[in-house]
Amino acid sequence: MSPPKIRIRGLKKAFGSKIVLDGVDLDIQHGTAMVVIGGSGTGKSVLIKSVLGLITPDAGVIEIDGEDVLKAHPKRARQLRAQIGMLFQNGALFDSLPVWENVAFGLLAQKRIKRASARDKAVEVLAQVGLDASVADLSPSELSGGMQKRVGLARAIASEPAIMFFDEPTTGLDPIMGAVIDELIVDCVKRLGSTSIAITHDMASAQRIGDNAAMLYQGRVSWTGPADELMTSPDPVVDQFTHGRAQGPIKMALRK
Amino acid sequence: MNKLLDLVALIGAVALGTVEFIGELGLFALSGLSHIFRPPYYPRLIGKAFMEIGYFSLPVVALTAVFTGMVLALQSYTGFSRFGAESAIASVVVLSVTRELGPVLAGLMVSGRAGAAMAAELGTMRVTDQIDALSTLSTEPMKYLVAPRLVAGTIALPLLVLLADILGVLGGYLVATQKLGFSSGAYLISTFTNLRAEDVVSGLIKAAVFGFVIALMGCFNGYRSKGGAQGVGTATTAAVVSASILILALDYILTQVLFVKVK
Repeated sequence: MSPPKIRIRGLKKAFGSKIVLDGVDLDIQHGTAMVVIGGSGTGKSVLIKSVLGLITPDAGVIEIDGEDVLKAHPKRARQLRAQIGMLFQNGALFDSLPVWENVAFGLLAQKRIKRASARDKAVEVLAQVGLDASVADLSPSELSGGMQKRVGLARAIASEPAIMFFDEPTTGLDPIMGAVIDELIVDCVKRLGSTSIAITHDMASAQRIGDNAAMLYQGRVSWTGPADELMTSPDPVVDQFTHGRAQGPIKMALRK
Repeated sequence: MNKLLDLVALIGAVALGTVEFIGELGLFALSGLSHIFRPPYYPRLIGKAFMEIGYFSLPVVALTAVFTGMVLALQSYTGFSRFGAESAIASVVVLSVTRELGPVLAGLMVSGRAGAAMAAELGTMRVTDQIDALSTLSTEPMKYLVAPRLVAGTIALPLLVLLADILGVLGGYLVATQKLGFSSGAYLISTFTNLRAEDVVSGLIKAAVFGFVIALMGCFNGYRSKGGAQGVGTATTAAVVSASILILALDYILTQVLFVKVK
């Protein structure tokens, strides 16, 4: 069996006395989509920010293609991370740049295209997420929430990354727009053959975009399994979380 | 005894916090400086920052300089006329403006305008994940956001001060000739007789340092802001206050250093 695309072992991170990650172990196989679920403040964002290099973990191993990015030379670590595309929760579009420059930003930064042809390339990628050329010259602030997510997705896929991260992709969207974004995510990930990690609270979204799912609880991965078994899992933590029950181990933990 | 220990702990915490802040600022400045000299370079962003810091600050700096020169002439006349030393007004105006008031007042005005804007922009980018997004798009935020502003600030302020010098002297000239009855020729001769190149150059050196400090404090406070809108507001205030204090403190230090050199 080939090594996982991303392998995480014993990942720990604390902010002061607050332990957020307490030994996370997680494997994401090539070309599969992993969904990480868990309550607010359980460290889902810290987990993907650690892989992205935006947060330095206190201990642990993060391997991409078998190489530990935490021990690699900074230049090599940057090369490994350059294959990751990220869709941020609120889009995180650069409001000082028009839409097309947001989309082509990564390609221009990596000098993979010339500035003169960047707009045409951006329009082409925008079409892949269902946006027409008329939005290319708009400012991100002129777009609706759903359109901003699409532009964020276009920016993430523009460089055709081998790995894609999605931070709560449907948060703040109505159910129909959420389903549309999920469909686009699945389509983009499959078309590019990418490996992906999504973090979400939205169970419908988790089942639509994930092949596998992992439950983050008390700083560790407490359960992993197929995403389509999320709602039927006998695990008491997953059962309580996915069904939104007030009673259960999660509430007990919060009361401590 | 407990109160004494609390006081010692408080003093210790303040001292540690201050040292930590200075260390962070120093590392931030060194990182920003190192990115200025390492590729890739962003000339378009330097140009954009230059316009924001320099060009759009022109009106406020120009008005400040003109009125400062005018007030200086009036005040000098009021004081010097008591001793029959009105003829010194031209040299007082030109030396005060070029050596001190031009760079310091321009620095304070640009700090309030451009420094605050920098902190607010970078602060907003921080709290909306835009700075993190830069990192994920193969772009080093210090190189993309901070280095161009440091370069632009260091170049723009001397140019603004050069203009402020001219307008400040012009303000003094207008009041002296139109209101105080000085002869135009005599005032100009007195101005240029007493003005040396070193006076202007020392002011421009100060301006370059102030420009760097304004950009540094704007970027530093914005870059590390957190906590949403309130955090951005706090960062903006901190940028203006810290840059203003540093300008005044550095003005004293630079005056002492340059005075020894210039005599």
